[in-house]
Amino acid sequence: MEDVAGIVRLSLLVGLVATAAALPVAFALAWVLARWRFPGKVLLDGLVHLPLVVPPVVTGWLLLIAFAPEGPLGSIGDRVLFRWTGAAIAAAVMALPLMVRAMRLSIEGVDRRLEQAARTLGASRWRAYATVTLPLALPGVLAGAMLGFARSLGEFGATITFVSNVPGETQTLPLAIYAALQRPGGEALVWRLAAVSVALSLAALVASEALARRAGRGVHVL
Amino acid sequence: MSFDVDVTVRRGGRDLHVAFAAGGGVTILFGPSGAGKTSTLDMIAGLLRPAAGHVRVAERTLFDHAAGIDLPPERRRAGYVFQDARLFPHRRVRANLLYGARSDARLAEVAATLDIAPLLGRWPRSLSGGEARRVAIGRALLADPDFLLLDEPLSSLDADRREEATRAIERVRDAAGLPILLVTHDAAEADRLGDRVVRVG
Repeated sequence: MEDVAGIVRLSLLVGLVATAAALPVAFALAWVLARWRFPGKVLLDGLVHLPLVVPPVVTGWLLLIAFAPEGPLGSIGDRVLFRWTGAAIAAAVMALPLMVRAMRLSIEGVDRRLEQAARTLGASRWRAYATVTLPLALPGVLAGAMLGFARSLGEFGATITFVSNVPGETQTLPLAIYAALQRPGGEALVWRLAAVSVALSLAALVASEALARRAGRGVHVL
Repeated sequence: MSFDVDVTVRRGGRDLHVAFAAGGGVTILFGPSGAGKTSTLDMIAGLLRPAAGHVRVAERTLFDHAAGIDLPPERRRAGYVFQDARLFPHRRVRANLLYGARSDARLAEVAATLDIAPLLGRWPRSLSGGEARRVAIGRALLADPDFLLLDEPLSSLDADRREEATRAIERVRDAAGLPILLVTHDAAEADRLGDRVVRVG
């Protein structure tokens, strides 16, 4: 298959859906890890970071077990296995730790004394979060999302293990490159796909960095 | 009584106990650094929970350990001016001033009293220390508080800025008629601004 545009489109779809799905989960986890103190916090922290250190093939295999017909999520397995939705799930799981890390740092970076000031001025706890904490953490949260998107675009091991390498359905950029490498005479396609990969990842990283810089500038005042 | 405070809090392994009753005007909390002056303000504002005691301001009970009363900070109507101003860095001066205000009806008047009208369009990071203090005082006043808590409002200001800020506080004292609790470790400041002095530590 030489449809570079189709591969890029599928990769972007998988990356965007994965990032959008992971965003609220990552934010909630980041908030809990940044603000709450509870027994077992170390365990939760470790669990969140697991996909970062476990071999991706293991993560993919665990997803496969979970969504297999007899697995705990088997009832929706049909809509996920060998489908682009499954590729998005694998990418989301792999991107989650990076997103949580970036968001947690930005939430921890917000001066809680500013929230106290808001409270003394008549703001409820929620209004203080919405008008002070969230806007100040937002650039970091967006940077985390962008980083997660970049990571999603590069996802390989968990995806190929979980949903295989189906052209037009689960064959994102890295998987297409892998397939082209296996094929005699596929070098030209590899070059083109690799160039697109590098360009996309670089763009996402630069955007993430720019957002993180904005976060740094906003918070350190007075 | 404007302030009727009797609070105990455990800090660094020892109990800090502060008790005083004071009428209107400016009451000075005077004492060396680390004596617990700021902690006392935090307890009155509801940012630090006392282990025991009570806080009543202008006949309103804000905290009473025995009766199980502990109003959240947003319901205490405290105009708290922090030592570090704590302006919101993502809002311009005007939006900072109006954060706790119901309307902008009194904005011009308060800005004039504090001499901050020319600063309304600026970002907090571009303000000098003295300007930030005055904006913080204005922000507290515009939230329509029942009383003011001023934490070292003149510290780390040079002589000119100090004079500006002192006059601003005197104008607020005379114009607003609110009971004011002012923390300082500077005897001259205590003498000039205070109607009475409470020693802490």
